[in-house]
Amino acid sequence: MTVAEPLLPALDSDRQDIVLSVRNLHVSARSEEGLVPLVQGLSFDLRRGEVLAIAGESGSGKSITSLACMGLLPQPAVRITEGSIRLGETELTDLPESQMRALRGARIAMIFQEPMTALNPVMSIGRQLIEAIRAHDPVSVSDARARALEAVRAVRLSQPEKRLEQFPHELSGGMRQRVMIAMAIALRPDVLIADEPTTALDVTVQREVLDLLRDLQRDLSTSVILITHDMGVVAEMADRVIIMRHGSTVESASTVDLFETPREDYTRDLLAAVPRIGGAAARAALKKQESLVRIEDVSVRFPIRQGVLGRIKAQVHAVEHVSLEIIRGETLSLVGESGCGKSTIAKALVGLVPYSGNIEINGKNLVRLNAAGRKALRRDLQIIFQDPMAALDARMTVGELIREPLAIHDIGTAEEQRARVYQLLERVDLSPAYYNRYPHQFSGGQRQRICIARALALEPQLIVCDESVAALDVSIQARILDLLRDLQKEMGVTYLFISHDMAVVENISDRVAVMYLGQIVEMGTREQVFGDPRHSYTKRLLAAVPVPDPRSPRAGLPRLTGDVPSPVWPLGAGPARQALVDVGGGHMVAPD
Amino acid sequence: MPAYILRRLIQSALILLGVSFITFVLLYILPADPVRQIAGRSATAETVASIRSQLGLDKPFIVQYGTYLWNLLGGDLGRSYLQKTEVGTLLVSRLPATLLLMVAAIFCELLIGLTLGMIAALYRGRPLDNALMLGSFVSVSAPQFVVALLLLYVFAVKLGWFPIGGYGTFAHLVLPALTLGILGSGWYSRIMRSSMLDVLRADFIRTARAKGLNRTRVILAHALPNAILPVIAMVGIDIGMFMSGIVVVESVFGWPGIGQLAWQAIQRVDIPIIMGVTLVSACAIVIGNLLADLIAPLIDPRIRLR
Repeated sequence: MTVAEPLLPALDSDRQDIVLSVRNLHVSARSEEGLVPLVQGLSFDLRRGEVLAIAGESGSGKSITSLACMGLLPQPAVRITEGSIRLGETELTDLPESQMRALRGARIAMIFQEPMTALNPVMSIGRQLIEAIRAHDPVSVSDARARALEAVRAVRLSQPEKRLEQFPHELSGGMRQRVMIAMAIALRPDVLIADEPTTALDVTVQREVLDLLRDLQRDLSTSVILITHDMGVVAEMADRVIIMRHGSTVESASTVDLFETPREDYTRDLLAAVPRIGGAAARAALKKQESLVRIEDVSVRFPIRQGVLGRIKAQVHAVEHVSLEIIRGETLSLVGESGCGKSTIAKALVGLVPYSGNIEINGKNLVRLNAAGRKALRRDLQIIFQDPMAALDARMTVGELIREPLAIHDIGTAEEQRARVYQLLERVDLSPAYYNRYPHQFSGGQRQRICIARALALEPQLIVCDESVAALDVSIQARILDLLRDLQKEMGVTYLFISHDMAVVENISDRVAVMYLGQIVEMGTREQVFGDPRHSYTKRLLAAVPVPDPRSPRAGLPRLTGDVPSPVWPLGAGPARQALVDVGGGHMVAPD
Repeated sequence: MPAYILRRLIQSALILLGVSFITFVLLYILPADPVRQIAGRSATAETVASIRSQLGLDKPFIVQYGTYLWNLLGGDLGRSYLQKTEVGTLLVSRLPATLLLMVAAIFCELLIGLTLGMIAALYRGRPLDNALMLGSFVSVSAPQFVVALLLLYVFAVKLGWFPIGGYGTFAHLVLPALTLGILGSGWYSRIMRSSMLDVLRADFIRTARAKGLNRTRVILAHALPNAILPVIAMVGIDIGMFMSGIVVVESVFGWPGIGQLAWQAIQRVDIPIIMGVTLVSACAIVIGNLLADLIAPLIDPRIRLR
C-alpha cells in the first residue's frame, strides 16, 4: 500500500474518534436535461464503533451516498460535484483511482443488497475470498486461504472448508450474504457500508444476518453505515439515524430520539406508515359465511428428469395436500418464506400450473370447464403481481392496458369501455388524463394502482394479491393497502393475499394461513394466529420480525443453524403429512 | 454425464437419419438427371437406360433410399458416378485439409472477434466502439469471394507474402483461414460486445471493484469468463454456417478439401458425393454442438448436463 497518510496532529479527542467524515456532499447525474442532483449538501460524521443508519425511501439518495464513499459511482454519468469525504485523514473525493483501490476492501468495505447476484457465479467462494485478501495483502495463497477460512468461520457458516470449494449457486441467499460479509470483514476495515443487507432475505434469515452483523461489529469495533428503508431494522441496529429524502437530510438524531420525538413531519409520516404487528385496526365481522373458493387436498409437484431416457427420477413437492376455504368478502393471507409454496397455490388457483386435488371457485372447477366456461370463470379471478413494471406491457398506454380485459370479454361498446376506464382511474386515485400515457412515466406506487384498476375492470369476485405491496416504499405501501381495504368495503371483493411480510399480513387479513415447505402448519383468524401462535414455525416467524421500536427488548432468539430442508424427494417418497388439529374456535395447528 | 452423452449420441443419430432422408428426397426430385451427365448428350436411349439400371436409379424411391441406408450402416457411402472411386475414400482423403482449415479459421475468428468485441465493450459509445461496430457490420455483410479476392490481391499478388493458392505449408493456410476468420469475426465481436456489456453491469463486477481489485483483474478474471459463455454456444451453431463458407473459400484458394469436392459434385450432379459431403457436414455440426455443450459446464458450474 502506498497511501500517503499525512501525520497531522489531531485537533481534539473527538476528532480522532471520527472515522469517516462527509461534508456538504453533492452528487449529480448527467442527463439530457442537464445535471440532476441526486444528493444535495449531505454532511455526517461516523465515529469509531458506531452504527449509523441512513434511512429513506427509494430515490432518497441513500445508495448513491454509499457508492460515493466507496468511489464506485458510475462515472462519468454520475459524479461528485461538491463537498468532501474524508476517511481518517485521507480525502477521498479527489483521490486517484489507484490509491482509492488500495483503500477499497481494505479500509472501507461494502455489502450489497442482492446476495444472489453479488458474487461471481463462475468462481468458487474460496477463490473470491482469497482474491480479496491478496488484492491488499501480498501473502501466499495458502496463508490467504487460512484467513479466508477464518473469515468464513467468523460469519458462522457451517462446514467452512467445504464452503470454500463451493460455487455461489450452491448456497442459499442467507449463506451468500454471509460470504459477502466474510469478504467485507476479512481485512478488518475501519468502515463497513451495508446497503440494504437483508432486504432480499426471508425474515428468519434476515434475523440471523442482522444478529451476525451486530456481533461482528461489536467484536471488531467496526464502524457501520447501514443503508435501509426498513425502520424496524433501523430500530434494532442503529445508534444514530439520518433520514434522507430527495437527496437531502431531513433529520439526524440518535435512534431513540428519532423514534420517540421525531422533529420533522416527514419523519413522523414515515414512522406512522411503518406496519407494526399488533397495530392493526379491528375488522368488521362478515355478515354471512358463504364459501367462494374451496381448495381440497391440492398438491403441486414439479418433475425432475434424469437419465438417458429423461425419466422422472425425483419431484419438487411445491405444495403438499393443502386444503383451505376462502369466504366471500374476506381477506385470507398466505404467509411463509420463499419457496414455501404460497405463490404456487395462487398459480394453481388461477389455472397456471397443473395440480392434483380439487379447486372449486363458486362451485366450479376451472380444469373441468370447457373453453367458454373457463373464460367466464376467469372474469371472476384477477391477480395483482409484485412487480408492476413487469406486469404492464411497456408498449401499451395506461388506457389500453385497463381496457384490454373489457375488450377480451367483449363488455360494452368502445365508448362505454372508455368511460369505464376513466371511472376506474379515478377510483384508484389516478387522473383520467393519464389515459394516453405509458407505464414508464409513472412511479412504482402509481403503476401498482394501474394494475389494481386493470384487475378491477371486470368486477372480479376474487383478487389474488401476490406480494403486491412488497416492492413499494412503506408510505406508498400503506396507501395501497388502504385502497385495497376501501375497495373491499365498497365492492365486497375477496382477497387471497400472499405475502412474506408479517406486519402487512396482520394489517389486512381476516384469516391467516402459515405455510412451511408446501404445507399449512397453522391457520386461523388473525387474532388467533398473531395473538396466540401455536406452531413453532409461526412463533419463529413472528419473533424474527424487526420491531420498529428501539426500546423494545430484542427477543433472545436461539441462533438458528442449518437451512430449510429441501422440498425435492425421490419418486414415490414425500414429506410427512401435517394433519391440522383444531385447538379451539377454528384455530388449526399442525403438531410440531 | 455418461447418460447425457449417450442420450445426445442417440439424438444425433436421429438427426443424421433425418438429414440423409431430406437430402435424398431433394436430390431425387431435382430436375437435373445424373445419368445424362454420365452418358453425355449424344448417348442413345438404350445406353441411358442401361446406365440407369446399372446405378439402380430406375428403382422406386423407397428402394433406392433403403439400399443407400443399408449400405451406409455397413460403412459404404457408395461410389462416385463420374470418378468411379469410393466416396468414403474420397472423403477421407479430403477431410484432413478441411479440418485443418476449419480449426485455423475458428481460431482466427475467435481471436479477432472476441478481442475486438471486448475492446468495443470497454470503449462503449466512444469513436473506437463505433468504428469497430461499423467494421463488424462490413465483415458480416461482405460476400466471401470479395474478402478472399481482396486478401489475395493485397497479400499474395501485391506483397507476395503468401502463395496465391494451393495446399501444403503453413503459408498456404494463412489467407484462407484469415478470409473465413474475418467473415466470422463480425458476428463474434457483436455477440461478445453485448455479452460483455451485460456482464460489466452485473452486481458481481461491482463487488469485485469494491474488493479493491484492479481493472485488468476485474475484466479478465471476472467479466471475461462470464461473457464468453454465450459465445461458446454460438461456436457450435456456427459450424453449420462455416460449411457453406468453406465451399466458396476452398474453391477460390484451390484448397483440396471437401468444400471443393462438394462444389464439383454439385455441378455434375454426382449424387453419392453430395450425399457423403452433406452427411459429413451434418456430423461436424452435431459434434460441434455436442462439444460446445460439454465445454460450457467446465466454465460455468451452474450448468448441469442431464
